[in-house]
Amino acid sequence: MESKKTLPGTPIAGAEWDNEVYSFRKHSVQLRYAWDAGSAVSGFLEGLKEGRILGRRCNRCMRVLVPPRAFCERCFRSTDEWVEVKDTGKINTYSVSYVNNDASRRDKPLIVAVIEIDEASPGMGFLHVLGEVEPSKVHVDMKVKAVWKPRDERVGAITDIKYFKPLEV
Amino acid sequence: MTKVAIIGVGYSGYAPLTPHMSFKEMMFEAAKRAYTDAGINPRTDVGSFICCEEDLWEGISITDEYVPDQLGGAQRAVCTVSDDGLVGLINGYMQIKSGLADVVVVESHSKLSNVLSQGDVSSMSFEPYYERPFLTVETAVALEMRRYMFDRELGDDIPAMVVAKNKKNGLGNPRAPYSAILSMDEVLSSPMVCEPLRKAHIPEPADGCAVTVLASEEKARILVDQPVWIRGVGWFSDTPWVSQRDFSKAVYAEGSSKMAYKMAGVNTPAKHFDFVEVDDSYGYKELQHLEALGVYTKENIKRAVEVSETDLRGPLPVNPSGGKISLGDMVEANGLVRVVEAVLTLRGQGPRSLRGAKHALVQSWRGPPTASGSTVILEV
Repeated sequence: MESKKTLPGTPIAGAEWDNEVYSFRKHSVQLRYAWDAGSAVSGFLEGLKEGRILGRRCNRCMRVLVPPRAFCERCFRSTDEWVEVKDTGKINTYSVSYVNNDASRRDKPLIVAVIEIDEASPGMGFLHVLGEVEPSKVHVDMKVKAVWKPRDERVGAITDIKYFKPLEV
Repeated sequence: MTKVAIIGVGYSGYAPLTPHMSFKEMMFEAAKRAYTDAGINPRTDVGSFICCEEDLWEGISITDEYVPDQLGGAQRAVCTVSDDGLVGLINGYMQIKSGLADVVVVESHSKLSNVLSQGDVSSMSFEPYYERPFLTVETAVALEMRRYMFDRELGDDIPAMVVAKNKKNGLGNPRAPYSAILSMDEVLSSPMVCEPLRKAHIPEPADGCAVTVLASEEKARILVDQPVWIRGVGWFSDTPWVSQRDFSKAVYAEGSSKMAYKMAGVNTPAKHFDFVEVDDSYGYKELQHLEALGVYTKENIKRAVEVSETDLRGPLPVNPSGGKISLGDMVEANGLVRVVEAVLTLRGQGPRSLRGAKHALVQSWRGPPTASGSTVILEV
């Protein structure tokens, strides 16, 4: 595993900056939003609270959409019914990340993966993280299973699943 | 070059709150209506999809990524226009005129109820060095309102009459959530926000989505019985400096309408239209826009209001839909919302008194603090 280290480069600093040779004006705003999740996302999040992964089936193309959508983008029609799928799947792709969003170095690498959920239609699934596994052991097509937060800690969010771990076979 | 028609319209939301649906679900509902109206399948019959929105009003960036699925545009030609919906309509018009597509979908929406810090979003549109320290949306509006009313010698009663008229017009429109019987006195006794701007002058925020389907003449004649033709389009920007504007006139509306009139061959706008849908924010904007469009003049605009010429049953109904005052402020969707209203009215699905109307104008303003806008001329 790669350890934390200082990366090369020139920090943003210097006499020009300090002396405001090029002037600037600061403006801070608070951008706050509260998005209406809608029927499909709400149903999915409620399912997570109960420890279930839910999808929506389109009865025309018969795909099971996970995460669920209120409409089928291929057939352009409303989806028809809720379907519970397994909380297992396989890794489509993954990456071991050593940096945070602000480009700062992580103390511990994060394994991000696209997981195709079992019983959903091919190619359907979502993004999550992996746990209980060494980065060097992860591989494409690896079978994984959700590790859930305890019931009383689940709030109806994708993070109600703590991570996916390799499925013992 | 082909003529271009609007062959389908759809809408959803049009309410202060829409907690039961996501913006995607709201768009899907409006799109379904528009496609049913036009008799098309978006998966096979549409050449291009255009969505009009502004990322800051969405709270997500690169919003075009979030657009295709709910319009039936998955893995198809989709783009976003960061402007008022009327500009998107004009882009769709040009795509058909140029032969790039023969059917184009144009969509615009507002989920303003989801924006908790609307003032902060607006503040970012102010010029940052000279003007931002002093401006709010309301002061930007009030400064212009004061000068326009001063130049035209308008009393407080005139903008109040416009607000009362449009609130009343909305009562006949099932899509207008803010319609009401409101007396001039009630407008004039509403709280002062920023002199001379009162609370009742300000359009209330609304959620909503409008979708239009545009088609070439050949397609339009095959698909629908009642195409609504787009005869002229125009768009225009005045100076962005609030402190450098001629407050007595809406330069952008004048410029955009001149462009549209030339295209449509309209020489006497005062006599050409059976009704007009113009931006009516704060009451006075309706009057300023009517002048700029050449429908009224600075000499006769005051009297037109006083003698109710612009009422629903007057010689020139202005905003028979109830306008932004009754429909609500749907930010970037405002222009397209009014196109939907005008199309329905031209097809005889609007106010009874306007059945048989053949010529309409739709004008849109991008809202405070901008000085840009567009105009579209429609005909059946």
